[in-house]
Formats: sequence, structure tokens, C-alpha cells
Amino acid sequence: MAEIFTDTIWPWLVFIWPWIKIPVLILVIIVPVLLSVAYLTYWERKIIGWMQLRKGPNVVGPLGLLQPFADGLKLFLKETVIPSGANPIIFLLSPMITFVLALVAWAVIPFDEGWVLADINVGILYLFAISSLGVYGIVMAGWASNSKYAFLGALRSAAQMVSYEVSMGFVIVTVLFLVGSLNLSDIVRAQAGGIWNWHVVGILAPMCVVFFVSTLAETNRAPFDLPEAEAELVAGYFVEYSSFPFAMFFLGEYANMILMAGMTTILFLGGWHAPFPALEFVPGIIWFALKIAFVLFFFLWVRATFPRYRYDQLMRLGWKVFLPLSLAWVVLVAGIVEFTGG
Amino acid sequence: MSHITRAVWSFALSELLTGMALTLRAMFRPKATLNYPYEKGPLSPRFRGEHALRRYPNGEERCIACKLCEAVCPAQAITIEAEERADGSRRTTRYDIDMTKCIYCGFCQEACPVDAIVEGPNFEYATETREELFYNKQKLLENGERWEAEIAANIALDAPYR
Amino acid sequence: MILQTLAFYLFAFVAVASGVMVIVARNPVHSVLFLILAFFNSAGLFVLIGAEFLAMLLVVVYVGAVAVLFLFVVMMLDIDFIRLREGFMRYLPVGAMIGLVLLAELAVVVGGHFVAPEFGGFVSAGPVTADATNTEAIGLLIYTDYVFIFQAAGLVLLVAMVGAIVLTARRREGVKRQKVSDQNARRPEESVEVVKVPTGSGV
Repeated sequence: MAEIFTDTIWPWLVFIWPWIKIPVLILVIIVPVLLSVAYLTYWERKIIGWMQLRKGPNVVGPLGLLQPFADGLKLFLKETVIPSGANPIIFLLSPMITFVLALVAWAVIPFDEGWVLADINVGILYLFAISSLGVYGIVMAGWASNSKYAFLGALRSAAQMVSYEVSMGFVIVTVLFLVGSLNLSDIVRAQAGGIWNWHVVGILAPMCVVFFVSTLAETNRAPFDLPEAEAELVAGYFVEYSSFPFAMFFLGEYANMILMAGMTTILFLGGWHAPFPALEFVPGIIWFALKIAFVLFFFLWVRATFPRYRYDQLMRLGWKVFLPLSLAWVVLVAGIVEFTGG
Repeated sequence: MSHITRAVWSFALSELLTGMALTLRAMFRPKATLNYPYEKGPLSPRFRGEHALRRYPNGEERCIACKLCEAVCPAQAITIEAEERADGSRRTTRYDIDMTKCIYCGFCQEACPVDAIVEGPNFEYATETREELFYNKQKLLENGERWEAEIAANIALDAPYR
Repeated sequence: MILQTLAFYLFAFVAVASGVMVIVARNPVHSVLFLILAFFNSAGLFVLIGAEFLAMLLVVVYVGAVAVLFLFVVMMLDIDFIRLREGFMRYLPVGAMIGLVLLAELAVVVGGHFVAPEFGGFVSAGPVTADATNTEAIGLLIYTDYVFIFQAAGLVLLVAMVGAIVLTARRREGVKRQKVSDQNARRPEESVEVVKVPTGSGV
């Protein structure tokens, strides 16, 4: 057995490795992401349950741990319904766009020192671009469904995501001023050496809050989940979706949440760095995962706490509060960097 | 609190943090969930669940086919046909309740002069087909036999208030 | 290298094809979607020539924001195709003229490149070192040699924005507005009164 491996399999593996390297690495990233998505839905139900004095899912498997797979299986076994008035190509294309966009962004995320699939120089812009494309999946879904509710949800979502992107962009600019690079690994390296070097501490603290709230709006999460406001719009842009397309929307949205948590971690919470130099012996990937989990807990916590915003209040917050605040901070941080020599 | 301190507090998002602290505390409080199929909530003796036709202790069925329940039923879920029996007493030959129509108002048991039709404490009788919910006399009598102890106890408990 | 060439032809072909589809597609929403595809493939072309910063900006600004607004408007329009066709012959001369002018300009630019390649020298790249990332390179150019043009472009956009706001913003009388600061300033003491009502008498 061992001989077969060393004689036959190993040389072949070495031979084809350059060709299969990238697909293998992609799988190594995507499989854990999708697994985390599955368990994010589980933890969402658990944590919101606990906060509402309920127990959450606890029947399927020990502690309900198999619940996400039961749900997934249910979704895949259902029938894909395409409404008769819908535009079938765009109708099926939009969940794929959402899903694919949520996954391609992971290519530039640095999980640890050097653990990144594509260490490109404009990493943060790439992330920003991908997250701003997310709106297409929603708008196209809303339009192609040929349904009033879906369309209204899509319109709301388009306006909301475009609005909050603006302040998100300015927040990113403030971080870039301090770091002086658009490379995500450089942004993390600039925060090395303990919790007091993280961007969340100090001058950028308010920007961290603005960024986090903007990511809530960007991922259509409560309290900004107007696009899918179940009370008025049934489920917003994915009313007409069922089965696999619905599952793709769902996975895409949650993968996006994890991505946004990762972005917050990289920009403000020091990426893979330990909070204290004494704790550096723990691998960086574990710190990175822990921090993402921490931010995601905030996502769920906020959802369990706050009621949904009214649409005009949402727009007011985006344009009249966050935009001036982040603009002012851009000027402030630029001034500080200029006069202290960064 | 002066306006300035108020402004400072609201910029520090104090209201939001108070709210979030509340939910965080709730997370660690004991849960109110009942583990349903294994634990069940208490039921009032007046609970109106699945219907049953009762019998007298000697085995004779109570229903005298007066059709008051059929008349009072607001959903018109009850259908009764009656004939004279060999011993000369008036009894039903057919007593059907369409459980898909029933609204569980309890008027039938209120109307019944002999406490024959009652709504028992059973609420777990979901079926896989619609047809199984069209109850006939036999099914109702079986229900009466199965739940007699509980039904009798409930009627006795509720009697002082009638 | 062959991979780059293949990628170039892929992006170029899809960009041109979707450009054609923009004007050929019957449904305006499809047109906008093809326009987005064209933008996206041009971004791919930018990446291929090593201008990744421009590529990302193209995606963020044009695809992520401008085209969304296009799509937004076009989706809400209820377009009657027959009435749209009616004026076709009437507008054809004007349209054709604009098209010709554009074509001529393109020809002049491309032709100029072939006839007198040295003439392009005046848009010289700035003092860019070879190892600078192209974000730095573009920044060095924009904020030194082309700072006035850059600022003027910004000013044009600002004027356009102010104009749009002036045209649409109007103050209406008698509208109840939410004043968040007033709402926040309210305290329980001044808005709620707890009254003990004796039995049998009103408040």
C-alpha cells in the first residue's frame, strides 16, 4: 500500500500539483466558509432563541447540531418553482450572482500571515467592489420575479445598499490613510503588537461603529432588513424563490455576513493578530476565526435587540449622519497623518 | 441631566447599549420553552379539544338525537340522522362531525341536554389525510370511551361554576 | 503568456458583444444588464494591462453605483415599444450624425497614434518609479501634473450635484417632519404623568 503511494500516486501528485493547486486551495477556503454558513444559521437561531428566553433548535442531532443539514436537505429536495410571468434566465441568474459574489470575495482575505489565495495590491478595493456588486443579485431577482413585493424589496435594497456604500467607502479611506496601503495583509500587519494597536482603539473607534452599522445595512440585516421586511413585503426580493435558488440566496447572504465580519476584523480588529503579545503562540487563523465569530455575534445580538428602521429613518441615518461623520473623519485623520507624519 | 451630558450620552450610543445589555442578560436567564412532545402545558378543565360522544355507565349511549347541537353549530359541521330503535327509544343512526369545518366554539356541548357530545382535552389528533378528519359516530364513540375518565373529571371540576 | 492572450480575447469579445447587445436588446433592462457586463469586461481588460486600481474603480463606481441607478430608473419605467419605434426615422439623421462624429474622433485618435506616435509624448507619465504600485502611480500623476484638470472634473460633478438638488428640493408648507433631536431630548418626566385615580371619580 505504502509502495503504491510512493511509487505511483506521489509522483503523479507532484506532477499535476501546479494544475490542481489553485482549485484545491479554493476548495480549502470555500468548504469551511460554507460550513460556517451552515452553523451561522444554527447559531443565529440558538442565540436569538436564548435572547428571547427560548431554547432554539435542539431536536435534530445532539443539541440540534444537525439542524442546518436537515434544513439544507429540505431545501434541495423541494421543487424549483419559476413563476409564469417571470423572466427565467435572469430569475435563475440572480441567486447565482449573489452566491458567487459572496464566495469570490474570499480570494483576497488573509487568514494568517501569508495565508491568502491572491495577495493583490488593491485587496480592499476588490472587497469593496465585490460587496457593491451584491446589489445586482437582489435587483435582478426583484425585477425578474415579476411580483410587486419582490420589486419593492429590490428597489429598497438597491437604494439602501448604494447609500451605505458611500459612507463605507469613506470609512475605508480613513483606515487607508493610517496604513498607507490597499493591501489587506499590510492593513493587518499595521495593527500588530497587541490590542492597543488595533484600529478599533483610538482615533478610528467611531469609524469602526459606522463601518459595522453600514455592514448591517449592506448585508440587509436587522435593523436594516427592509428589503425583506416580512411584515410588509412578505419576504422582499426572494418571495418567489423556492428550493435551490432560494438556498443559494440564503447561503450567499450568510456568506456575505461572514465576509463583512471578516472585513471588519481585518480593518479594525487586527486580523490574525493576538490581542496581547503574550498570546501570539496561538495560531493566527484561530484568532481570525474567533474575531469573526465575535463580530458575527454582534450581528445576531443586534438583530435580537433592535426593531426595524423605517425607510426614511434608514436614509436619514445613511446620508445625514454617517456620511458627514465619516467625511469629517477623513479630513481629521488626513490632517493627523499629515502633521504627525503618519 | 443637562443638554450637554445628554448629547454626550447619545453620541456614546447609551440607549443602544442599554438595549443590548438587556438582551445579553436575557441570554443567560432560564428559558421559558416547554420541550413540547415530552413536556406539555397545563390544560383548563374547560379546554375544548377533540369531540367525543359519551355513554352512560351502563353502556347505553347518551345521545338522544335531539339535534340541538346540529342546530346550534355555527359552522354547520354536524350532521345527524335519527330513527327509532327496536326497543322504541330514539337514537341516532348517523352522527358525523366534519373536523375541518369545526371552529371549536363549544356550542354543541353547551346545547346538549344529556352531556353526550363534549369536547375533550385531546388536541393531538393531526392526520395525514383530510378524510381522516371527517369523524363518524363510531369514531366519536371510541373517543368517548378512550377519554371518558378525563372528560368526567373535567365536567366534575367545572360543575360548581355552571 | 498564452493565458493572458486568451483572457484578453475573452474579455474583449464579451465586451464588444455585450456592447452590441446594449443597443440591439429589445428590453431596456436587458440593455442595462449588458452594459454592466460590458463595464465588467472592460475592468477585466484593465487588470490585464496591469491597471488593477482603475479596474477596481471602474467596478466600484460604474458597476456598483452608476449602473445600479440606471437599472433602478429603467426598471421603473413602463416603456411602450411601439411608441418608442415611432420616432425612429425622425431621430435617425441626428443619431447618425452623432455616431459619425464619434467615429471620426475615434479614427483621429487611433490614426494619430499610428501616424505620429511621438505626438502622444505630451501626456507623459509622471515621475513614477518602476516599483511603485499603480495606486501610487496614479495618485502621483493626478495630484501633480493633472491636479487642475482633476479638480475641475470634481467641480463639474459638484455643480451637477448642486443643480440636481436645487431642481428637486422644495420646501413644502405644513409637512410634519420627524425631529430626531427633539425626540431624543424628551424625558419621561416631561412626557408621562402618573396619576392615582380615586375610585368613582375621573382624572
